[in-house]
Amino acid sequence: MEQNTNKQQFMQGLRDGVPVSLGYFAVSFTFGMMAVAGGMSVWQATLLSLTNITSAGQFAGLEIIIACGSLWEMALTQLVINLRYSLMSFSVSQKLQKNIPSGHRFLVAFGMTDEIFGLSISRSGKLNPWYHYGAMCAAIPGWTLGTFVGAMAGNIMPGFLSSALSVAIYGMFLALIIPPAKKHRPVRAVVAGAMAISAVFAVVPVLNRISSGFVIIFTTLIVAGAAAYFCPIGDGEEETHES
Amino acid sequence: MNHSVYVYILVMAGVTYLIRMLPLVLFKKEITSPFVKSFLFYVPYACLAAMTFPAILTAPSSGMIAGAAGLGAALIAAYREKSLLTVALCACVAVFVAEQILGFLG
Repeated sequence: MEQNTNKQQFMQGLRDGVPVSLGYFAVSFTFGMMAVAGGMSVWQATLLSLTNITSAGQFAGLEIIIACGSLWEMALTQLVINLRYSLMSFSVSQKLQKNIPSGHRFLVAFGMTDEIFGLSISRSGKLNPWYHYGAMCAAIPGWTLGTFVGAMAGNIMPGFLSSALSVAIYGMFLALIIPPAKKHRPVRAVVAGAMAISAVFAVVPVLNRISSGFVIIFTTLIVAGAAAYFCPIGDGEEETHES
Repeated sequence: MNHSVYVYILVMAGVTYLIRMLPLVLFKKEITSPFVKSFLFYVPYACLAAMTFPAILTAPSSGMIAGAAGLGAALIAAYREKSLLTVALCACVAVFVAEQILGFLG
């Protein structure tokens, strides 16, 4: 009985994960291309995707690798960019079935991406970890294979195509931030403020020598900190973040 | 740089996994600080916005005009709440078209 329920949950997660997997493939294809263009091997790029499964963090990390940045810069950048996952893990920690062995928590954590989190947190009632695993089993191969195929194609990709695909990831980021920014004024201010500050770092003479990893950290801390101070969120608003 | 790429990957994967794992394993109680909750709520928006702009302008190899076309197309598609994939494709197509036009003019 229990086994059967777990299997059904897993299959449901697998089904729900398919569109996520397709979206991942396209984005991580771009990552694979950029990684190879930056000097990484196909296998390094694929390993990076398989072990990280995070778009923003990987793209920022890639820049640091290409620029031969320090490991501290890398660790700090990942910490700040991926800090959001800790909030997601906090939420899922509340939602997981109470009686499951704690070993599950280590495995659930590995698949805590924006999209899989969105699926899992939207389940009604308590979360069966097998649903989460099902979504992971659909999404993670999409992410990893996308990088592999992109890295293989990167060497033979015509210039006009790689130039066009270079904006795909930014398009995806905009698709994530613009709809909530439309609905919530503080989010709108955060988006505009962060863009303005990072633009300042890009054009002002001395500031534009600071590496992009630190610019992202600094901008995120300042803007998110100010927003949290001036516009603390109510309990209900978290829902918009989770989708 | 080849030999140290694996060290970078290890650091990235380690930090990212710890961020995901520690709250799940250590904290089973709810976060109560409104400031921390709010801060974590705003982080992805600030971070993604800072990464997108102005980087999107300089991403295409032909330069800022194609980048601006990609940005404009993505903003319109995202404002209409199209899917991630659609918005990403709109940006790519806009850059492609802009570069073809620029190439034709130049």
